[in-house]
Amino acid sequence: MTALALNDIHKSFGITPIIRGVTLDVKKGERHAIIGPNGAGKSTLFHLISGRFGVSSGQIMLHGEDITGLKPYEINRRGLSRSFQVTNIFPKMTVFENVRCAVLWHMGYRYSFWHNVRKLSGANERAEAILQQIGLADRREFPAGMLTYAEQRALEIGITIAGGAEVVMLDEPTAGMSRSETAHFVNLIRKVTEGRTLVMVEHDMGVVFDLADRISVLVYGQIIASDTPVNIRANKTVQEAYLGQALEAEH
Amino acid sequence: MTTPASSATLSATRSLSAMDLLKRYGIWLVAAAVMLVLPKLFTSGAALTTMCLMGIMIVFSLSYNMLLGQTGMLSFGHAVYYGLGGFLAVHAMNGIAGGKLPIPLPVVPLVGGVMGLVFGVIFGAVSTRRAGTVFAMISLGLGELIASLSLILRGFFGGEEGITANRTKMLTLWGVRFGPQIEVYYLIAAWCFVCVIAMYAFTRTPLGRLCNAVRDNPERAEFIGYSTQMVRFITFCIAGFFAGIAGGLAAINFELMNAINVSGGQSGTVLLMAYIGGIGHFAGPILGAILVVLLQVFLSDLTGAWMLYFGLIFIAMVVFAPGGMAGLIMLHLPLAKRGNLHRILPWYGLMAIPAVLGLAGLIALIETAHHQLVKTATEGPAMKLFGLSYASNTVLPWLLALALIAAGLGLGRVWGPKFASAFSDAAHGSK
Repeated sequence: MTALALNDIHKSFGITPIIRGVTLDVKKGERHAIIGPNGAGKSTLFHLISGRFGVSSGQIMLHGEDITGLKPYEINRRGLSRSFQVTNIFPKMTVFENVRCAVLWHMGYRYSFWHNVRKLSGANERAEAILQQIGLADRREFPAGMLTYAEQRALEIGITIAGGAEVVMLDEPTAGMSRSETAHFVNLIRKVTEGRTLVMVEHDMGVVFDLADRISVLVYGQIIASDTPVNIRANKTVQEAYLGQALEAEH
Repeated sequence: MTTPASSATLSATRSLSAMDLLKRYGIWLVAAAVMLVLPKLFTSGAALTTMCLMGIMIVFSLSYNMLLGQTGMLSFGHAVYYGLGGFLAVHAMNGIAGGKLPIPLPVVPLVGGVMGLVFGVIFGAVSTRRAGTVFAMISLGLGELIASLSLILRGFFGGEEGITANRTKMLTLWGVRFGPQIEVYYLIAAWCFVCVIAMYAFTRTPLGRLCNAVRDNPERAEFIGYSTQMVRFITFCIAGFFAGIAGGLAAINFELMNAINVSGGQSGTVLLMAYIGGIGHFAGPILGAILVVLLQVFLSDLTGAWMLYFGLIFIAMVVFAPGGMAGLIMLHLPLAKRGNLHRILPWYGLMAIPAVLGLAGLIALIETAHHQLVKTATEGPAMKLFGLSYASNTVLPWLLALALIAAGLGLGRVWGPKFASAFSDAAHGSK
């Protein structure tokens, strides 16, 4: 079954085409990585799917429902949640509060000003469980802006998964991390996306080939291949366009 | 922290509860007691009037901080909801008295609140579509719109003179007619108490928390399922409601509403109150309202240049203590926690010397200049300050004032860094 389907997506900024006809099917429960050289339009594609930018043409379906042109919060409410390449948290609020805010809508509290958050044991327990999962339980009362970079990246993922979205999109989750942090993070991502659909953009080929069930290669606004890691590695076009250099850079 | 740890057993929670309850609600009991006792301590008519004004302004500035401090919306037109609430309350009082309706005075502030809410809905629908500078500009425009309307629609606003009412002509319950100011004080205190609790409770609700999220990072808030516009809109309406209640209380207190109450000046004052008190802390605007009312009442008695002092205090706060009074108090929290407060007291004593010198010089400069520029034409150059008689058109007082300022600044420069390092040592350093 298809979780997320892109049908001939185009996006231009002014007269400059960035995404030039992307069609993509992400199956339910699959871990799907999007790779490609810098400037290929990976982040733009993320912004289009999550509703930050509107598409110029084409159609985006989430669980068979058309979400093209919806606002980010409407898409989020339908079960698609995303993280950001540049850490995007609530810096002055505590770590716990960051996660709890991400839980509230999906627990049905919406814009309530008649519930006391202290008494919402369901939401508090869920936020607590997320903190345990991302390993920030002992930082719960810290202002999020005071966390280390790696901790903020973990919180970023915590906020993203807190609402229980079925489709999780991670934009370069391991960017700027050391090798050991990256290894730890791959485990974390694997753990928290258990039973969900994952779409991620990632530059670290180790992470990509470790995590992904399927890989799509985006080059100059078009997907030139979409296949299993083994087949992608063997694909001549991909090697010429991108992978050759990328794998070389790794070594 | 009293957070519900999932592992905590029920019995453990129970045994803590009495202490917890006192911790959680003790501050409100103290506040209620203070409000009850204050009129017994300060019995003069002037003090009573001042305290009534404080109660009104506390509600008003807290309602303002729902926007500025909690949601990050800088409004230049919050007096619209205060003023319109007040005007409707005045009309309601007149209507109730005229029609002999069985409605007692204590519910009249609610009329103001509903008016504030209605206009919060109408203007909020327009202005909260955008955040940041655009929101600020729209609020300014709407404020000016209502301020100029107040001079045109004479039927509702009463023109320059405003609209008067008589609060004693209402339905009397238990023999309380609200003639004497003390009865009005307790009415205002009760409303103030309820409103403060309600606004505090708001910060503890899902929407209240999302206000902080929208303030901190509106973009991310959209990606956790919240329309930032809706968060701003609902909060704006609620802030309008409480501002309207404050207006209704003002209508009862003064028995008069005029154009000044909806003016930009009033909107500016509430911004100053919230900011001077500290927008980053719930209690900040309460402190700010108390201080600003005190300044308005007593400073204006002491000197004709009080607006200048008022402005200087504001500038000093913005530059040196952007966290406001609440922020300054919070700075001492780490010291108090480590039991180190006594260690910096001598430093405060020492720093008082340059502070007093500099302030004395500044006051002398301002007062002498004020006398020379404003009063010499009618009263001549002779003036008195700090018990000294001198003429404002001689050179010596000016030089002395400047010398005092220089001495204060000089000593402050020498001792300031030492004070700062002693402070941070007491707060974070070794014992």
